[in-house]
Amino acid sequence: MPEPVVHVIWMNAGLSCDGDSVGLTAATQPSVEDLALGYLPGVPPVQFHWPLVDYQNGDELMQWWWKAARGELDPFVLVMEGSIPNERIHPEGYWAAMGNDPETGQPMTTTAWIDRLAPKAWAVLAAGTCAAYGGIHAMAGNPTGAMGIADYLGWNWRSKAGIPIVCVPGCPIQPDNLSETLLYLLYQAAGAAPMIPLDAQLRPQWLFGRTVHEGCDRAGYYEQADFAATYGSPQCLVKLGCWGPVVNCNVPKRGWMGGIGGCPNVGGICIGCTMPGFPDKFMPFMDEPPGGKMSSAALGVYGRLIRSLRAVTNETLNKEPSWRHTGPELTTGYTAAW
Amino acid sequence: MATTEHRTTRAAAGGESKLVEMAWDPITRIVGSLGIYTKIDFENRVVAECHSTSSIFRGYSIFMKGKDPRDAHFITSRICGICGDNHATCAVYAQNMAFGVKPPPLAEWIINLGEAAEYMFDHNIFQENLVGVDFCEQMVRETNPGVWEKAQKTPAPHAGIHGYRTIADIMTALNPFTGAIYREALATSRYTREMFILMEGRHVHPSTLYPGGVGTVPTVQLFSDYMVRLMKYIDFMKKMVPLHDDLFNFFYEALPGYEEVGRRRILLGCWGSFQDPDHCDYQYRHMTDWGRRMFVTPGVVVDGELVTTDLVEINLGMRILLGHSYYADWENEERFVTHDPLGNPVDKRHPWNQTTIPKPQKRDFEHNYSWVMSPRWYDKRTGDHLALDTGGGAIARLWATALAGLVDIGYVKATGHSVLINLPRTASFPETTLEWQVPRWSNAIERDRARTYFQAYAAAAALYFLEKAMAEVRAGRTTVWEPFKVPEEAIGCGFHEAVRGVLSHHVVIRDGKIANYHPYPPTPWNANPRDVYGTPGPYEDAVQGTPIFEENGPDTFKGIDIMRAVRSFDPCLPCGVHMYVGNGRTVEVRHSPTYGAGSPAEA
Repeated sequence: MPEPVVHVIWMNAGLSCDGDSVGLTAATQPSVEDLALGYLPGVPPVQFHWPLVDYQNGDELMQWWWKAARGELDPFVLVMEGSIPNERIHPEGYWAAMGNDPETGQPMTTTAWIDRLAPKAWAVLAAGTCAAYGGIHAMAGNPTGAMGIADYLGWNWRSKAGIPIVCVPGCPIQPDNLSETLLYLLYQAAGAAPMIPLDAQLRPQWLFGRTVHEGCDRAGYYEQADFAATYGSPQCLVKLGCWGPVVNCNVPKRGWMGGIGGCPNVGGICIGCTMPGFPDKFMPFMDEPPGGKMSSAALGVYGRLIRSLRAVTNETLNKEPSWRHTGPELTTGYTAAW
Repeated sequence: MATTEHRTTRAAAGGESKLVEMAWDPITRIVGSLGIYTKIDFENRVVAECHSTSSIFRGYSIFMKGKDPRDAHFITSRICGICGDNHATCAVYAQNMAFGVKPPPLAEWIINLGEAAEYMFDHNIFQENLVGVDFCEQMVRETNPGVWEKAQKTPAPHAGIHGYRTIADIMTALNPFTGAIYREALATSRYTREMFILMEGRHVHPSTLYPGGVGTVPTVQLFSDYMVRLMKYIDFMKKMVPLHDDLFNFFYEALPGYEEVGRRRILLGCWGSFQDPDHCDYQYRHMTDWGRRMFVTPGVVVDGELVTTDLVEINLGMRILLGHSYYADWENEERFVTHDPLGNPVDKRHPWNQTTIPKPQKRDFEHNYSWVMSPRWYDKRTGDHLALDTGGGAIARLWATALAGLVDIGYVKATGHSVLINLPRTASFPETTLEWQVPRWSNAIERDRARTYFQAYAAAAALYFLEKAMAEVRAGRTTVWEPFKVPEEAIGCGFHEAVRGVLSHHVVIRDGKIANYHPYPPTPWNANPRDVYGTPGPYEDAVQGTPIFEENGPDTFKGIDIMRAVRSFDPCLPCGVHMYVGNGRTVEVRHSPTYGAGSPAEA
């Protein structure tokens, strides 16, 4: 009795840059090969319909979209990449489309696909901040009226399997965050895992439950009120534009790939790219966050005092005990029996 | 498979042939949204007509207005999910010019190392995991069973180096997910991205790039971690270059006439890559000089002749045309820049003076059919608006650099007719010199071949940058950022080679805010529709006239030759902004067009 195949319908035709598709190819925990070739125990077979790497092309690819729309693919996960434009604000044409509507011969809008596919999907996964919340393309002054999938379908939307929209924000996603969320959903589809635990912003709790700052290896500098004045220094970047203390993201803790890279942990200010308020609430990026001014000032006296006391103790600990020497006497406290 | 019957059909003579409409939309194994709509003359086995369309619009130049100029690189990186760092870099270059800041030398070496890793990563994943599938066993068996038969009997000339006995063995190794090369390339795409993030923090949108320098902390460990991975990559490339030469040369041999696939006139643009901090001060008035000191030489190549290596001349020649795109013209909009800092007049159709006015509308191949505009380069010698292409980037970079003969850093040397790439001893191979020779054609196979050679070029150049960077660290010169002030009024431009080719950012600052910002990545140059003069964009031009070698008839036609032609340009539509083969149901009788790069009658 062959297991049912879980299909992944990947819509990269939001207002997107494909950075989340590309990002997923960097994942190793698990990798796309691990998922596609069925190398992990207890994970059902997966069939990706994924424009970035798909063998099939054009109408060959789109046949899966039509099958899904007719309810012939069960189960399938709809992965959404890119912001959802507002197609109601112009008399004709389209901001974003994928394939063609056979009835009109015109491009089939991304929103028309979502309307067809979302009700049939076992789950909807938003890959990246654009699909989740609107992101860069939903910046003030944008012409497309862009929004996230939760804004489009409704924040309380549930799939036919009762699953809320699953958001993996990030610009782009941290590769393993996305592949691990996919893995969780596959275990859940196989009946091996309970309902995916999400927070109020629909993010997996185990990935987005802590702030950047809580996982940043420069937080020690912060505590000692040791703030970088110039980019390129190893100290805390909060005065140079880092929003880490108030942003939900695990990158400094997890690294970008294989435990290396990241943002403030390697000298790149956190610009809040995983957040619903991104980007507008964080701009100008290179200015000190207003809250950072207050907390760093409040920390000043305590931090400097602690730093100097630690320096004293550190000096002591940088010296070996006196009994390590080449002298003729044993001074360790042992009474010689020879 | 080539045309056996040569009919010179002229409309006046009433020559007629059946054209089958076929389209592929969306094109997969590229980045972003692209549709290719064609009319194919199966009788004469040639593509008669092609339209290229993209169906996604986001509007960066619109929503960037009024924002802080220091945000430009963070924002523009998001233009593209595979080459965003190229945008960030280019934006930082433009900001450096506008703010009047010169980063410390070590910052430039770090950015060069990051960008070199981006080329190594991106060309590798595209070549093996996206384009490679067009040449894999499964695809070749489905489109040209005769070629597969031949491949099994053809020994690979460089088998001794790469270990694949026959051409068929190479094709099998390219099968998606199961093929050995396919999987090795995926792994390679990861450690090359690790090299990248060592320098630029994260991929593809960098975290450690800033105007004035970088935030990367320069330590001994940083450069050791990069070097170890780089040597592994160089070892890999010594195998991959001859392997691809074997594969691509076989196609010329197995399918005589294959050089015509995706061929177009040699019209190549390269805006230069990798700054030399000993010369680059980011001042516009010195741009001609420091542009020529870049470690990939900027240039425009027309019909095999290097027209210019002058970035100022390249800049002033840029024209953004409309004609078949979904935009209103900006003729009556504000002119931001009348003259460049050297006093040269700047055209109204130049990016500095562009205003983007989107007009969503129905797609109509007789009128407007794409979200991509039509960039052209004005050739003042002839008055032509040239539809330059980048050939996916690598071919234009190598071509311009080879002809210019300026680059000489030991590991890479331009000879005037070729580029020498000297690679040191590695784990599996002795010292190796690779030579990229200027090819006879600008076509699909040569674009693909150049991509592999440029991977080796980027790795060789990275060795040089690594030496320079480590010398700075050892000398204690570890400053990587220079403070600056944002001026009230300024203009700036950045020129860089994104992975897929020419990239420019033009910024106008007023009242300390962005008044105008227009990025021009390579794909708009390649993927654009016919312009106001009726000149087709490079994809359209390269596909029109492409002979059909595929053995399938209209009912099972995959359009593999067309796909190879299009993918050879390495399309990246988020950077630009759609081809489908339908079932070929629509058959119409029309006058067949003149083959080759004709101007379409309907424009």
